[in-house]
Amino acid sequence: MRGRNAILLLAAAAIVVLPLLVVGNAEFSGSDGQAQDLIDQGGYQPWFEPLWEPPSGEIESLLFSLQAALGAGLLGYYVGLRRGRREGRPEDRRTELHAGD
Amino acid sequence: MHIMEGYLPPLHAAAWMVAAAPFVVAGVRRIRRVVDDHPETKLLLATSGAFAFVLSALKIPSVTGSCSHPTGVGLGAVLFGPNAMAVLGTIVLLFQALLLAHGGLTTLGANVFSMAIVGPWVAYGVWRLAAGLGRSFAVFLAAALGNLATYCTTSVQLALAFPDPVTGFGGALAKFLSIFAITQVPLAVVEGILTVVVVNLLVQYSRDELSALAFGTKAMGAK
Repeated sequence: MRGRNAILLLAAAAIVVLPLLVVGNAEFSGSDGQAQDLIDQGGYQPWFEPLWEPPSGEIESLLFSLQAALGAGLLGYYVGLRRGRREGRPEDRRTELHAGD
Repeated sequence: MHIMEGYLPPLHAAAWMVAAAPFVVAGVRRIRRVVDDHPETKLLLATSGAFAFVLSALKIPSVTGSCSHPTGVGLGAVLFGPNAMAVLGTIVLLFQALLLAHGGLTTLGANVFSMAIVGPWVAYGVWRLAAGLGRSFAVFLAAALGNLATYCTTSVQLALAFPDPVTGFGGALAKFLSIFAITQVPLAVVEGILTVVVVNLLVQYSRDELSALAFGTKAMGAK
């Protein structure tokens, strides 16, 4: 299972990297923003502004990384906890001891 | 799939909120029942939310030369049912609307409808239908198609609000789909793969919780 997951993760990474190699000179702007631009072209005026906006691109990327870090942290905590519990179970340890006999 | 703050006319914004509200209410009930019946799955529920939190923060390049992000709601939908994700998805979208000015409060109903309702329901439906094809393939299809469905829903929402002056709804839909749909295909594949990896880990280490949730028995029973 571990080998299979490693192959799956490599495949996912390849799909992410591929566009950078194939269409490397593209802008890679966000699709959400492109839709917004298309609406702007039609002369639409948004009627409500965000209550707060990150003051710079740096602060925005800080908050995006915070979001990813919080999620990844909990995900890692969960899998680590479950794995530790599973491998630390007395019955599992006993079979391990016997295996060494 | 984030429709930015103020970018839906008030009537549309209100209509999507009304449409989304009952699902979120049903989701709160569903989560309360799961937590009451199987308190041991609480941490797994939080982890499903965390998965959506990570994935929707990742802006990933696509072959179309633009970037977009996965949604991560397929995992929770196959584990806890689609309604639970209406709540978790709303939390993710609120975080992004308030702290990142990504999405918005006026457009929250529409964004919840696409990412936290249509996405999870499509994922769940595909998971049930494809169960006979094997666990990994069914999970992959569920997460990938749920992701695509979210972005198609956003395109429909925008086309309804901003029909093309000449070609009407259809023309506008084609334009918004051309921005979202093709860009999203490789990302949907990535989301499908990552969801399979997490489910593999759960099958290995969280068997008790999965059987408490009847994961793999209800859907796989048809096999």
